[in-house]
Amino acid sequence: MARINLILLALLTACALGLVTSQHKARKLFAELEHEQNLAKQIDVEWGQLQLEQSTWAMHARVEKLARERLHMSVPDAKRTQVVLPAAAAETSR
Amino acid sequence: MNYATSPVLALHLPLWRSRLLLVLIAGGFLVLAGRAVYLQGLNNDFLQQKGESRYSRVLEISANRGKITDRHGEALAISTPVKSVWAIPEEVQYSSRQRDKLAALLEMSPREIDKRLNDATGFVYLKRQIPPEVAERVSELRIAGLFQDREYRRYYPGGDVMAQVLGFTGADDVGQEGIELAFQSTLGGKSGSRRVIKDRLGQIVEDTESIREAQNGRDLVLALDARLQNLAFSQLKLAVNSSKAKAGAIVVLDAKTGEVLALANLPTYNPNNRSQLSGAQLRNRVITDTFEPGSTLKPFTVAAAIEQGKVTPATMIATAGGSMSIGRAVIHDAHRFGDMTVAQVIQRSSNVGAAKIALGLSAESMWAMFDEVGFGSPPRVGFPGEAAGKLRAYKTWRPIEQATMAYGHGISVSLLQLAHAYTIFAHDGELMPLSLLRVDTPPAGEQVISAATAHKLRDMLELAVQPGGTAPRARVMGYRVAGKTGTAHKEENGGYAEHKYVSSFVGLAPASDPRLVIAVMLDEPYAGSGQYYGGVVAAPVFSAVMGGALRMLGVPPDAPLKPLELPPEGSEIKESV
Repeated sequence: MARINLILLALLTACALGLVTSQHKARKLFAELEHEQNLAKQIDVEWGQLQLEQSTWAMHARVEKLARERLHMSVPDAKRTQVVLPAAAAETSR
Repeated sequence: MNYATSPVLALHLPLWRSRLLLVLIAGGFLVLAGRAVYLQGLNNDFLQQKGESRYSRVLEISANRGKITDRHGEALAISTPVKSVWAIPEEVQYSSRQRDKLAALLEMSPREIDKRLNDATGFVYLKRQIPPEVAERVSELRIAGLFQDREYRRYYPGGDVMAQVLGFTGADDVGQEGIELAFQSTLGGKSGSRRVIKDRLGQIVEDTESIREAQNGRDLVLALDARLQNLAFSQLKLAVNSSKAKAGAIVVLDAKTGEVLALANLPTYNPNNRSQLSGAQLRNRVITDTFEPGSTLKPFTVAAAIEQGKVTPATMIATAGGSMSIGRAVIHDAHRFGDMTVAQVIQRSSNVGAAKIALGLSAESMWAMFDEVGFGSPPRVGFPGEAAGKLRAYKTWRPIEQATMAYGHGISVSLLQLAHAYTIFAHDGELMPLSLLRVDTPPAGEQVISAATAHKLRDMLELAVQPGGTAPRARVMGYRVAGKTGTAHKEENGGYAEHKYVSSFVGLAPASDPRLVIAVMLDEPYAGSGQYYGGVVAAPVFSAVMGGALRMLGVPPDAPLKPLELPPEGSEIKESV
């Protein structure tokens, strides 16, 4: 009887220690998860800011201005325009 | 000497003393046990609450407001977190060096900061919506009594180009104008909260309960095309500046789907910096303002007459005198051409012709035509403050009113309604429902006139932009264009203002298979004598935008690519006003 009690006591202690360690591990992992989630949010915010930056740089008004002023581009006039139609469309428009 | 023989033990004390002590000690323990049972069993709420407050925290989960993008996914409005700095004035302690640094960071003067802190008690915002990097440096100053909150600020990369369509949000990121307001329920997020357990170091170790899920706002994909919008805006700006107009508006519709591809207004404002705003800048004239359209309404009168079989495009109308009188009123034409066909009435924009055609119709059928194309009722695109315009009940029409309504007087419409109505000519007689949001499957239109009538009208409207019509400047190289000019006196104090006009042009192209409907309106243009006609000031805007837009959309040309020639100066046909 005393022996079985001792074995049970040992088992109980082992289980208790196991519970403590697994709880500790769970909390550690949770903290890590939390950290990663925060990082994800932060990156999301940064993505929004980058999108904003992209749209600001790529605004059509700005692109047009740069094309005209820095690259000296312009819309070709009628004399320099050649329209190539796909075969089917060309027949109907003739 | 050992213990057992200690003389103290030999001392005989009365028995009750030890009994009394025992009872007192037992009583003491009983009280403690009772208290313990009371605190842990019967009345444990308070202590549990106290305990919980030491490790359990309720955290706010912030929700983002949805993005607004154009039809190709280009961002037009994005929220991004910023910080606001607030203080409890009584608790603020800083050295003057700290204060100067703070002032520099917040771009305020040190005196302004002092004033704010001295004037308020309890709570005061020092500055709202500052960039996170600046907020970081503010917190590095470690000033007691100074706190920060996370907020959202909305940025509009498009700036003034589409300010009135998008609208803007207030300091709390809730829509206040335009689409931001109209689609607030879609865009707005709902912040949630959750309960967590924190350890000694403040780290979250366990998620105990989710009180409310955070719901991010949904993204909104508009029908707008940022490229077309920019084109429309820049051309409108050029025209408003050169014609010295007080205001201008333009709307581009997709004739096949009823989507609003571009919608621009002038004057405008920068939604990212709204410190100085006036009502004129905020107005979305396309949707919320109405005007007397003038001649742009003639095609509807003619369509009603053709639909009822009263006339054909070749029917002769007696317009010879260039004027007609109804009762005491006299209607004039600007030019005298002799008798005209119905097609020529549209081409040369004859008021007398339109009035004569209208008087051959019953008031009810004319009203039904106007009503069916949407005049007099708001277009229901979900925009705040949509104007319905004025279309009086036909029972109250007098003949003179019916005659003037035939050429667009005594009736008022918004530019959006006008463009919308023209979709019946562009889409084989079907009125397409309008949409500010991208439409993936084209909705079913509502048949207003027969396809045959729509084709006839389109042919007539094509004549109007040819030499001999009122708007040769509306032509686009390489494409067949159909459209109509409108010039009307402005209504003022219940009458018509002598020298103030509203000039407009509504048209569609390519005429062989219309893809776009564009309506342009200029308010009080005046750049010299005669420079206020729709065909002179509004038609060139139409031409430039239509040409550019068709090229951008890759629509194959349906006309030979020949340079266009304008009729010689002075020989242009002006419509009568």
